[in-house]
Amino acid sequence: MNPAFSVIFLTTLIGVGQGLFLALYAAELGSAFELVPPQDSRSFFALGAALALGFLAAGLAASFFHLGRPERAWRAAARWRTSWLSREVIVLPAFMAAVLCYGAAHYLGLPATLMTGAVASVLCLALFVCTGMIYACIKFLQEWATPLTVVNYLLLGCASGFAFATPMAAATGNGLVVPLAAGAVMLSLAAWATRAAALARNRRIKPKSTVQTAIGIKHPRIAQKAQGFMCGSFNTREFFHGRGGQAMSLVKWGFIVLAFPAPVALIAAGTALASVPLLSAAFITQYLGLIAERWYFFAQANHPQNLYYQAIS
Amino acid sequence: MTQLALVIDLNVCVGCHACVTSCKEWNTSGVAGFLSDDRPYDRDPTGTFFNRVQTFEVGEYPDAQTVHFPKSCLHCEDPPCVPVCPTGASYKRAEDGIVLVDYDKCIGCKYCAWACPYGVREVDEHQKVMKKCTLCVDRIYDPALPEAERKPACVMACPTSARLYGDIHDPESVVSKAIREQGGYALMPEWGTQPANHYLPRRRTEMRIHKDELERADNPLKIDGLLPKPALKEPALDDVTSW
Ligand code: SF4
Ligand code: SF4
Repeated sequence: MNPAFSVIFLTTLIGVGQGLFLALYAAELGSAFELVPPQDSRSFFALGAALALGFLAAGLAASFFHLGRPERAWRAAARWRTSWLSREVIVLPAFMAAVLCYGAAHYLGLPATLMTGAVASVLCLALFVCTGMIYACIKFLQEWATPLTVVNYLLLGCASGFAFATPMAAATGNGLVVPLAAGAVMLSLAAWATRAAALARNRRIKPKSTVQTAIGIKHPRIAQKAQGFMCGSFNTREFFHGRGGQAMSLVKWGFIVLAFPAPVALIAAGTALASVPLLSAAFITQYLGLIAERWYFFAQANHPQNLYYQAIS
Repeated sequence: MTQLALVIDLNVCVGCHACVTSCKEWNTSGVAGFLSDDRPYDRDPTGTFFNRVQTFEVGEYPDAQTVHFPKSCLHCEDPPCVPVCPTGASYKRAEDGIVLVDYDKCIGCKYCAWACPYGVREVDEHQKVMKKCTLCVDRIYDPALPEAERKPACVMACPTSARLYGDIHDPESVVSKAIREQGGYALMPEWGTQPANHYLPRRRTEMRIHKDELERADNPLKIDGLLPKPALKEPALDDVTSW
């Protein structure tokens, strides 16, 4: 597939927003059970919710650039019974509304923030499932058609959200830096493991479709001689990224380093030195790594339609 | 239940692209709007088409065959492109099984094109909506056309009659018979999409002459098949062997 930056930004930005919200809610739950020190409602929870909302809104805005007809985007809520994309289109604004309520409740000092947060958490997890299933449900995109796709969206989003929450906690000077940093490190390591598992799985994929099944001729040697037109078409632009193996492996190793070990090391150093810049650098590094990760996720998927577009003429 | 479809005979297709141009001509002139082209007479032309004819070489020279392969939406009986559409713009008609896109509802998210394994959906770069073969739904029911012309434009155009059109759920239709009797097959059966369009394979064309076509089976006077016996005086090839 040819990676679309609108979708790359959509999925990475809402991932940060979702992970950030879960970090806030985990902190609130932790203090309710007296595991971590309680935080100020306004300067931590309300601010954090506002920032999470900012990430979600930025992701939503990016998604509009993917549409040919953004003015009709509201129609996309119609087919939630069958389409994971439609479900995402419903759950994302619902989750944003819940985060808004959660932040507002903290800001105004209203009760029942734990309940609001619980509702928002359920929506948050549902959103991860919707986003992942958009890709995992297309069974002939074999690189995506695995539960690992959903798990990776979940873990990568959570890791980046915790990585953002850590410098935020450090900057507002509260006692959550160590538990949030520990969460960010553990989530990053878990995401590293599952993303590596997906990479290993995809290395061994045997494509079910071949040029033989594509045109229905059972002969071991079939070569395309013409694809029906001399220059490009939607089919050659949308499904081919046109990068060589070297660029692909550069992006792959880039994201493996930037998204996992580099931020883990920076978070450890930043926590030990209580340095906000180092912790911020950890988040930025990981976010850049996730952009590369998402680019690779799309580029690696090999669409069976490509079998019909192997030679121009 | 009706399932309209095309059956394409690869044994007959000569790769002339008449169906491509006829399809483009009909569908760019219809009420649903044009099929846009960019730089048609310039460098790097591109455009939206419902139908493409591709060419494959099967085997290796000199034991090779050139196969021309027309490809358009196969109107799958279980179309993966339909359930993924978030707006309901992509749908399959219950009455005749044609898979269509409602251009007024489509938001151009391209998700359906990702979900079609055959690469037959194309975004129109100017109308910004998804387009694909409609099986000329605006021709085949048009009472203003003579009965014989109520067929898709590609079928009308094909000079070799490589394209058959009909209802594959009617066992007596020309398409059902062709599929049954000439080994019709579906593309990429591994995904369970059950394409309605079928293809007929290449066949070896041989002249077969049976003995009874040269000699009458009953041979009433027992003279068929006898060798001529010229008289002794008549000239023969070697003047001897006939006797
Ligand atoms: S060929 Fe593709 S576009 Fe046509 S019905 Fe099947 S899946 Fe949908
Ligand atoms: S591009 Fe249009 S028809 Fe295709 S899935 Fe999106 S809204 Fe539906």
